[in-house]
Amino acid sequence: MRSSDQPPTSPVRRRLLQGMAAAPALGLLPRFASAAGEKPPTSAINTTGLAVTDDTVTVGILHSITGTMAISETGSVEAEKLAISQINATGGILGRQIKFVQEDGASDWPTFAEKAKKLLVNDKCAAVMGCWTSASRKAVLPVFEQYNGMLYYPTFYEGLEQSKNVIYTGQEATQQILAGLNWVTKEKGAKTFYLLGSDYIWPRTSNKIARKHIENFMKGTKVVGEDYFPLGNTQFNSVINKMKLVKPDVIYAIIVGGSNVAFYKQLKAAGVDLSKQTLMTISVTEDEILGIGGENIAGAYACMKYFQSLDNPNNKAFVPAFKKMWGEKSVIGDVTQAAYLGPWLWKLTAEKAGSFDVDKIAAASPGVEFKGAPEGYVRIHENHHLWSKTRVGRARTDGQYDVVYETAELMEPNPFPKGYQ
Amino acid sequence: MLFGYSFGDLGSIMAMQGFAGLILFSVFVLMALGLAIIFGQMGVINMAHGEFMILGAYVTAMTSQFFAAFLPAAFSLYFFLAIVLAFIASGLLGMAVEWLLIRHLYRRPLDTLLATWGLSLILQQVYRSIFGAREVGVELPPWMMGSMQLSDSVEIPINGLIVMGLTALITTGVFILIYRARWGRQVRAVMQNRAMADAVGIDTERVDRLTFGLGCGIAGVAGAAFTMIGSTSPTAGQLYIVDTFLVVVFGGASSLIGTIASAFTISQTRSTLEFFLSGSMAQVIVLLTVVGILMLRPQGLFVLKVRR
Repeated sequence: MRSSDQPPTSPVRRRLLQGMAAAPALGLLPRFASAAGEKPPTSAINTTGLAVTDDTVTVGILHSITGTMAISETGSVEAEKLAISQINATGGILGRQIKFVQEDGASDWPTFAEKAKKLLVNDKCAAVMGCWTSASRKAVLPVFEQYNGMLYYPTFYEGLEQSKNVIYTGQEATQQILAGLNWVTKEKGAKTFYLLGSDYIWPRTSNKIARKHIENFMKGTKVVGEDYFPLGNTQFNSVINKMKLVKPDVIYAIIVGGSNVAFYKQLKAAGVDLSKQTLMTISVTEDEILGIGGENIAGAYACMKYFQSLDNPNNKAFVPAFKKMWGEKSVIGDVTQAAYLGPWLWKLTAEKAGSFDVDKIAAASPGVEFKGAPEGYVRIHENHHLWSKTRVGRARTDGQYDVVYETAELMEPNPFPKGYQ
Repeated sequence: MLFGYSFGDLGSIMAMQGFAGLILFSVFVLMALGLAIIFGQMGVINMAHGEFMILGAYVTAMTSQFFAAFLPAAFSLYFFLAIVLAFIASGLLGMAVEWLLIRHLYRRPLDTLLATWGLSLILQQVYRSIFGAREVGVELPPWMMGSMQLSDSVEIPINGLIVMGLTALITTGVFILIYRARWGRQVRAVMQNRAMADAVGIDTERVDRLTFGLGCGIAGVAGAAFTMIGSTSPTAGQLYIVDTFLVVVFGGASSLIGTIASAFTISQTRSTLEFFLSGSMAQVIVLLTVVGILMLRPQGLFVLKVRR
């Protein structure tokens, strides 16, 4: 202001001039909506020492690319990289391009915990897209809670967990299991169920929920057998004979990993015709069918929230984009799609919160909607799970699924269901 | 579960269960025979045995794809050619490994353990780099899929019958080779007293190499057979290695009859227990029993009496 002999006379004018002096400071406040080109300063959006610079933000990718789980987790890695490249192409998040650091969990749970610590403490990742099995998630959970990181976890799982440091982009058990059981009882008049599973937490907990639902919440149904096999077991002839003796209306199979291939091949070899014997599974996606062989599993039903054959505009754009990046022969299962949601949901949450700080992301997550999801539409719930629809698909010989049923409404996630524990 | 079912039903199930036990027995014998030859006859602990099996499986997968693309008319017969190719491929790899690695470590069993463990990791990564980390699906000709109706309610899986037939063939072949052929006599001579065998003019190095190659070749055939009943991926070999060592050690390392006897015992026990209990409990009980018996009789079930 230029000096003058005469000071400003009116008090209003003096106040106005004082107020205008403060105006430039407004530019330092964080913006809520970021359009391409708007770039909040790093000090405003990162107050906890995360790896954020003026041009980049670092995330971690933590999956198994070696070992027995590599078969399943490769798809998740591909989907996350696709999402990151798409987000970067539209301008990144809050004006920053996403850089990623990838670590290999090697299908070994202590390695997952160790790499998670490295990503959070050494690389200071703002978020980590990772894990697949419940065992790996349980191994990294204490690390994320201790170092206050944010994990986007893509696999459908057994529930019974809720953490402010995890966003679960896959369905939890009640969303995946209950609608499918209701449908098969109504559609096929099923009365007897034989439960099978691999021997670890997810199949055991899921079958417990299924059993409670069959015995207490549905009419006239009962469980006639329940069997578990070590992960990696390859001989199923005994249990197949048992099932032939018992003749259940529905075989409910939660076999995981390489055992899947052995199970379905031996089932077919034993003469079990899946077009006559109803089999429902929650553990076989398009990725697993690549190893099993479509002809060995055609006719089986799977309950997922996403199938590659879904017919909606988002999926019609997503599938070709995925194939362009990863090869024409790629298949996209439920977990791969859920992994794709991770970076997008993180972007929308960071923009809503106007910050990369994990506490702010956790607080801003409930209510974030993603309308561009290949499965249609999802919304984050207060319990950090997603509202999503459930579908039942029937396996075809070419390795894809025909969607035979879709819930009309979004299913509410309920990781601690009363009456099921 | 036993009551409420007719005797006919139970009878058929027992018959099918008997066959399931025999199939498991054949699987174990196929897996263990190759290792028994190497471990028993040569004292080499080959931790890469599973990977030699998977090489056979990958060769079968490639043969199947080749036939599907270029010779679809002969597709139903590709499996027999695949078995021969698997034997040759794994056998050649085995001989190469023996020449490069194993022959320097004959008097050092713990070092061979470590070296072959390293080899197993290297092979797994080689498969991962060449064939990809994902499982490879192997298409079977239609006549090999499905089951055979023996009677009204007894159905036997065809691929189980093929595995049993293959095992019988290979076991007979190995026995004739080792106990009747001249070369087999050389193998036994080298095993019993290497220095003396050398002194009477047997080329011990060549015998060792061929024996190792034979053991690995049999592993390759086992892998080819397992494409019918299991998965083919870089780490699938690890699923079999523990059971294989179990069978070989339980039977008495230097005895082929022991291997067969122990394969029979373990497979029948596990198969029966799996029927009445769950898969995990059956495995626990079988392993506890094996541990117990080995504590009482550490040399295994059958021991060759050797003059020392």
